[in-house]
Amino acid sequence: MKRLPLVFLHGALLVFAALTLLPFAWMITSSLKSQSDFFASLFLPQGNGWFGVAWDHLTFHNFQRLFTEFPIGRAILNSWMMASVTSALATLACAMGGYALAKFSFAGRNVVTLLVLAALIIPGPLLIAPGYKLLWQLGLLDSYTGLILPALAPAFGVFLFRQAMLNSVPAELIEVARIDGAGEFRIFFTIVIPLVRPMIGAFLLITFLGAWNNFIGPQIVLQTPETFPLSVAINNLRGLYATEYGLIMSGTLVSIAPVMCLFLLLQKEFLAGLTSGAVKG
Amino acid sequence: MKPRSPTFRWAPWAFLAPFLLLFFTFTAWPLLQSLGLAFHQTFGPKSEKFVGAANFVFLWHDPLFWQAMRNTAVYTAGAVFIQLPVALGLALLLNHPRLRGRAIFRLIFFSPSLVGLVFVGLLFSLIFQKRTGLINAGLHSLFAGWNPEFPWLDQYLMPSLILASVWLYAGFNMVYFLAALQNVNRDLLNAAEIDGAGAWTRFRHIVIPEIRPVAGFVVLLSVIGSFQLFELPWVLLDNSSGAGNNGLTIVMYLFQTGFLTGDLGYASAIGWVLGLTLALAAVVQARIATRENASP
Repeated sequence: MKRLPLVFLHGALLVFAALTLLPFAWMITSSLKSQSDFFASLFLPQGNGWFGVAWDHLTFHNFQRLFTEFPIGRAILNSWMMASVTSALATLACAMGGYALAKFSFAGRNVVTLLVLAALIIPGPLLIAPGYKLLWQLGLLDSYTGLILPALAPAFGVFLFRQAMLNSVPAELIEVARIDGAGEFRIFFTIVIPLVRPMIGAFLLITFLGAWNNFIGPQIVLQTPETFPLSVAINNLRGLYATEYGLIMSGTLVSIAPVMCLFLLLQKEFLAGLTSGAVKG
Repeated sequence: MKPRSPTFRWAPWAFLAPFLLLFFTFTAWPLLQSLGLAFHQTFGPKSEKFVGAANFVFLWHDPLFWQAMRNTAVYTAGAVFIQLPVALGLALLLNHPRLRGRAIFRLIFFSPSLVGLVFVGLLFSLIFQKRTGLINAGLHSLFAGWNPEFPWLDQYLMPSLILASVWLYAGFNMVYFLAALQNVNRDLLNAAEIDGAGAWTRFRHIVIPEIRPVAGFVVLLSVIGSFQLFELPWVLLDNSSGAGNNGLTIVMYLFQTGFLTGDLGYASAIGWVLGLTLALAAVVQARIATRENASP
């Protein structure tokens, strides 16, 4: 390939990368500015400091207000709790189900596999109204149990783990362990799980993100403000302080920073796991 | 076949038990119930009245439902015809063999899709603001002629939504396209180039056939995802469906009727129309996929 197109290629990608990152940069700088600086400057306030920026104008005041005037700490805790419990238990349930379908031959396997495939096309919103009625009947409205339990058995998770285990868990290994007298659950936790570690990482992150970013669920199920996760709490904050832009941006930043960090830690597994079901033959 | 130990027989069911129990309680059972609910009028979960097919008849004549359908369809068209081509374009650029920093670019383009729709809504509600928003203020400082009062959310809601969705999802779909492109046979491409096939010919006759199955899958995922649009316009429009319901979507209408009006029956009817529409999309996609597999 000639030199010139390579320059264009990198140039174009750098422009697109900049466009992708601009909203993040704008959010971060807006959260660090006072209201008057927000109106006066697009990104960093202009002044006499290095690079012509008034660095001393930057302030953590918005974050201070967020944590002192609003129960944002509680919302962060709620989000963490809900997302970690959901992702850990959903991953366990799906890995177990996928293992049964991939590595055992038993009467009923085809029926269950078909059920899982059929469940893949059920759109979530279809279950909103009857799900609410069910939670009401079970007395689980306004509780974390009512929010978490329905999210623990996503059919696509069972499907993903089934696909992963078909390929990467050798039947001989399980057979040998069985002959050595290892129990079924011991085999699962000490042999099978380590073999699909990348898939475990990816699915933990997928379910964590889903729970963390879930809005319609907590909006419908939860009624006590102290139990609200960040998605609902920050949206309510905006309803009350619509024109305090720095405050809203600091709240949004606090809400997305944790999942960004988690993603950076797990990104290799995540991006590989994302496409594993789709691309292989 | 050698005889199986007794534990071997119950083991698969023990492994499946948590999933099956939760699945039947919180997916299969509500699904059945929603079919019943769709033929009832309710006021909250407590009072129900059987109304037969009246919900569906009413839905058919409900201008709000059709407006929601139209808005959702426009957004979906934007996803398929604007966002996905951008995703494919990014993937093609990233697939260049002599590109440096591929992993970093991939990470950057993918990062917006981690942000929850509520948070994207909050961020973009400020980005689209008149005068102070990133887009209007930025464009105005670059080009003095740009109107800083450009009414993105008031009069150009659909373009705004599609713009936000390109930022949000193009990098996500790019990952699928890129994975498919990396399966394309490089030797075949090189051989075609030596034989004098131009870039377009190679793309048309080698790359497109190879990525077609993944493209079909990505289109279906985008259609299914787009039809379930709710949080983004809801939060962008400050927890409303917008002036004159210009931001009303199907799921938003379902949410409003079910939880603001309190009619879970009508909401279920909307849910079933949505579910059947998406099932139809899946069937069409499967038909197209098998026809293409059948032809050489």
